[in-house]
Amino acid sequence: MNGVHDMGGMQCMGPIHHEANEPVFHSVWEARVYAINRALFAWHKWNLDAWRYDIEQLPPPDYLRMSYYEKWLAALENRVVKYGIVTKEELASGKPTPGSARATPVFTVAMARVVQPRITAPSNDPSVVPLFQVGERVRARNINPLGHTRLPRYARGKTGKIVLDHGVFLFPDTNSRFLGEKRQHVYSVQFAARELWGEDASPKDSVYLDMWDDYLEHTGS
Amino acid sequence: MADDNTSMDRRGFLKHAATGAVAATIPSSMHSQDHDHDHDHQVVPSDPALRTKALESLLVEKGLVDQAALDALIDTFEHKVGPRNGAKVVARAWTDPNYKARLLSDAASAIAEIGLGKSAAGDHTLVLENTPKIHNLVVCTLCSCYPWTVLGLPPVWYKSTAYRSRAVIDPRGVLREFGLQLDEDVEVRVWDSTAELRYFVLPERPAGSENLSESELAELVTRDAMVGVAKVLMPAGGAKA
Repeated sequence: MNGVHDMGGMQCMGPIHHEANEPVFHSVWEARVYAINRALFAWHKWNLDAWRYDIEQLPPPDYLRMSYYEKWLAALENRVVKYGIVTKEELASGKPTPGSARATPVFTVAMARVVQPRITAPSNDPSVVPLFQVGERVRARNINPLGHTRLPRYARGKTGKIVLDHGVFLFPDTNSRFLGEKRQHVYSVQFAARELWGEDASPKDSVYLDMWDDYLEHTGS
Repeated sequence: MADDNTSMDRRGFLKHAATGAVAATIPSSMHSQDHDHDHDHQVVPSDPALRTKALESLLVEKGLVDQAALDALIDTFEHKVGPRNGAKVVARAWTDPNYKARLLSDAASAIAEIGLGKSAAGDHTLVLENTPKIHNLVVCTLCSCYPWTVLGLPPVWYKSTAYRSRAVIDPRGVLREFGLQLDEDVEVRVWDSTAELRYFVLPERPAGSENLSESELAELVTRDAMVGVAKVLMPAGGAKA
């Protein structure tokens, strides 16, 4: 989706505001929104790619206006209804439907004490064959899918070089819409800054993007 | 398309929600400020604190989340995870060449050695070494991907539109904004975290730090240096006693 979230290379977004001694959360509600988001993952009703896609689907003016955790909150309100764990009426009233069954929370205090990164798949699956090799020149495909993708606009159609094979990962474009995991290799691809941005860029500089097999094509050279 | 319907639905139910208990508690001043232009407005309860409270209480009552687990999770992120962990990793790498070699080749195992737990880094953490000739900078242009297991949750500036948009097209300008002027002959490598790999930077050890202990070195290492927007500096006035 060519949404506003895909903002690499956009200009005039203003200065970067650096806050000294920044707290982890700026207010109690931010912390609660963060924790609720993580805790609800334990129900496995959605996956990380779908979760990101929900945020990307906020109306563009809202996306740009809202603070980071306001986006998380707005997407969360949408998500709990979309996946059917809360009804619209419950969200509006703030009360469970009378007589509805009460669940038992899946995410526990013990789980909350462990710093556990989200692992989506084993990356060393030998049955998934890489389509490209380290050192190979590749072109990022020019695709403009309406759904979720992790191929930023600024790299599409550009030529780079594969510098690392990271192993096998789930394909976000399909996984985000529950259309299959489509496991494939992900590579670190180096793009010269001048290839991406033209002659005004430094000849020394590069941008490295992590790219799935399906984002790449052979250059034919 | 179904996705469009979802967002339209949202407007509908939030308009509905605005007539409920949450909206009733919102001061009228918060409604008025947004209504001086003419495009399609959502009537959204605008106070995120009230909306969050209402949603959490609903989820707790439905048994979907456990309030104590939320408290514990927040405590973990406010007190156990954070850039001090990454700083320990960096200081160890500066003082132990074998550790540094392991960190650069297998970050997950090397980070676990520091005592952060086997799972702390995940399999997909990569460490990028800054040198006098190569400067690495980490960004996520698409959202907010960040090596949080080692550095804690990202600061607001890292998640801002300004940083996300500009880091890839004008990294040297971004670095200047952070007070770091790089020579033209330094190679800048920007890492856009588009997949599940998480990058953090092993900064250069500052000159004049030869006599500092590992724990004193760790004190010097900042989060910004591990994202690549700053160098690690000796404190003004020279080495600490």
